[in-house]
Amino acid sequence: MEEKNIAKEAENIIELVDLTRVFEDGMVAVDKVNLKVKKGEFVTFLGPSGCGKTTTLRMIAGFDKPTSGKILLNGQDISGLPPYKRPVNTVFQRYALFPHLNVADNVAFGLKLKKIKVTYERGDGSRFTKIEKLSKTEIAEKVNKALKIVDLEGFEKRSVSTLSGGQQQRVAIARAIVNEPQILLLDEPLGALDLKMRKDMQLELKEMHKKLGITFIYVTHDQEEALTMSDTIVVMKDGEIQQEGTPLDIYNEPANSFVADFIGDSNIFSGTMTGKLKVRFLNKTFECVDDFAKNEKIDVVVRPEDVFLMDEGKGQVDGKIVSSIFKGVHYEMVCKIGKTEVVVQDTKERKVGDKVSIYIRPEDIHIMAKEFTANKYEGYITKKNTVVFGDGEFACDVTQLYPGSFLDEEGYLITAEGEKLDLTDVDVEVEVGLKDIDLNDVDTLDEEGGAVGNIVSIIYKGDHYQVIVRTDENEEDYVCDTEYTWNENDRVSVSIKPEAIKLKLKEEVKR
Amino acid sequence: MASSVKAVERENYVGERKNFRALFKRSYLAIPYGLFLALFVVFPLFLIVYYAFTDKNGGFTFNNFVTFFSSSTYISNLFISIGIACVTTAACLLIAYPVAYILSRFKSARSYIFVLLFIAPMWINFVLRAYALREILNLLGLLGKANFLNTVIGMVYDFLPFMILPIYTTLIKMDKSLEEASADLGGNGAVTFFKVTLPLSVPGIISGAMMVFLPSMSCYVITDTFGNSKVPLIGKLIESMFGTNANWNMGSALAIIMLLIMFITMLLTGGFKGEKETTRGNAL
Repeated sequence: MEEKNIAKEAENIIELVDLTRVFEDGMVAVDKVNLKVKKGEFVTFLGPSGCGKTTTLRMIAGFDKPTSGKILLNGQDISGLPPYKRPVNTVFQRYALFPHLNVADNVAFGLKLKKIKVTYERGDGSRFTKIEKLSKTEIAEKVNKALKIVDLEGFEKRSVSTLSGGQQQRVAIARAIVNEPQILLLDEPLGALDLKMRKDMQLELKEMHKKLGITFIYVTHDQEEALTMSDTIVVMKDGEIQQEGTPLDIYNEPANSFVADFIGDSNIFSGTMTGKLKVRFLNKTFECVDDFAKNEKIDVVVRPEDVFLMDEGKGQVDGKIVSSIFKGVHYEMVCKIGKTEVVVQDTKERKVGDKVSIYIRPEDIHIMAKEFTANKYEGYITKKNTVVFGDGEFACDVTQLYPGSFLDEEGYLITAEGEKLDLTDVDVEVEVGLKDIDLNDVDTLDEEGGAVGNIVSIIYKGDHYQVIVRTDENEEDYVCDTEYTWNENDRVSVSIKPEAIKLKLKEEVKR
Repeated sequence: MASSVKAVERENYVGERKNFRALFKRSYLAIPYGLFLALFVVFPLFLIVYYAFTDKNGGFTFNNFVTFFSSSTYISNLFISIGIACVTTAACLLIAYPVAYILSRFKSARSYIFVLLFIAPMWINFVLRAYALREILNLLGLLGKANFLNTVIGMVYDFLPFMILPIYTTLIKMDKSLEEASADLGGNGAVTFFKVTLPLSVPGIISGAMMVFLPSMSCYVITDTFGNSKVPLIGKLIESMFGTNANWNMGSALAIIMLLIMFITMLLTGGFKGEKETTRGNAL
């Protein structure tokens, strides 16, 4: 009896510590993932394909070896154990049922391999232990119980190839849970089912999780599935965890624009904080509830169902409906405000061409920090091989668009292959570093080009100032790091060295 | 004078297919093959049956078969043939399975080069290969001494690729997640192999065995080359009936007995439904 010390009930059944997997071709599939899963929890790894969610699951199952990092099961590192020694079972994406075995034999596969330690008592009270296999009746009982849980009684003798997708799915689940694993891993188990079946199975799985009380780790790319079933959702992208939280948290307070975009539909705008609890986007200042530093560049996320449509002039910003699609419960409409499109969901239809006004409540405006490392603009090349962006015209080096190219006397670009290109009016993406912008008093503006604006913000950053210059016409911002002191509302001209303007083609130039 | 012409109506033209169809049915394409089968398969079969059940004068008789089953030489020849075919098949399987298994596990994209290397001997002239092997056996001092062993070695060498290829194909087509599922459910390497991989590769083994067993029963060239013509195989017997003995009737009877044996073997091993078995294995 003394062997039976009460094992310390570790709160976290599984813990991933700096888990990393680099594939042979150098691709980092999972990048230093840290995660704690509580006992009995339903955790979902959610992300687009290639985000590392399946690889993480396979490492927990033991099919993939981590390049570095640890997998702790009840506090013990299991990353070196082969899959058959781990107390976890997997429901595979394509079920992986054994085609040469019938339903009952598929389910019994794990049980037949199971060994248990049995203690016997002799007549004189002494004890001995023996390692035994499960008896046939025990196995049959367990198989029956498992098939009952998945609602497949009476299917014991059927060949698995005669079953429908949904039934095969149930056999796969029965085959895994019959072993009473500590953790059940499910790798997109509903991916191959049709929509209706999937919805039913979602609820059934959730019910099963409650009944069995074991930890479920579920992998899916379907955000709705994740929201429906999970206690905790782990959103992954590029092998890293983006956010971890309850479905409600993830939906209402996405940590960044990727999560916002991936979970549900969302409008994502880039905006600027213009004051305390005031944010400017869609060329309008809105009240909000998230506190960010003044003049910080941020991402604004607004769910389509949180945008209210009103008659023209009655809301915060006016716009025009450019598309309207009936989606069953609601209409999905696109409202164009200036150059920006806002997706709106409403049960009341507005016709294409209707002039409307939108209203967004302050609590529905979700603001997310954005790492600001460079000024980005959209621009175009002129006849003189200069570039126009941010309300100004700048001299630049257009040969960077084609490596090894040069300009001939007439101003045509000759590529390394000797092709002759006319770059006039070609659209480009422009990137300018924060340190590459020079500010001058407005009267010294040389006639070569540049832009003019007012300083709207000055933030002292320890050894330099971060200054934001806003132009008059389109309210374009130039964010620059400078050592010189300026004053707010100073009118300045912006100049940029031609070699500091980085250009990227938006599309191939027509030959 | 050219006056201006304007299209007043345009519609899609699908062609007059119906008439063409009436003239030429798709099943007509089968005619050459039907003729081929009739000429080169059905007609010769009838000839063999005819000769087997007639005597030298063309009269109907069962004598050829009676002679066969009452002659201990013929019967022992038959059993030797079956025995050699069994040993050859078993030896091929023992060598081919590990080879196919290892080849199917190669992760490198260049694994097909190794597969090609194993199949390449099939493309080299048989006589050349046979004589090369003969010389090796000669060097080893086996030639002329161990006729049975030499015959089996020759047959294994010749038929091995036919065993490797189907097994390799079944193994690479097998869903790898089945092996993972076995490991997941507690099966170590050996359990996974014997309970999952091996049973699922049975269709490959059967078709491989068929491709080795049947030709090794009737192949007489190999005994001639390696067995010093001392191993009395049924194939050799048939050859002599049509050749030196000039007894076409007995030869045909022997051929029919062979045909029946092969037919029975196919039935027993499920060779006829081999295709169905494989597709079922891959259905998931």
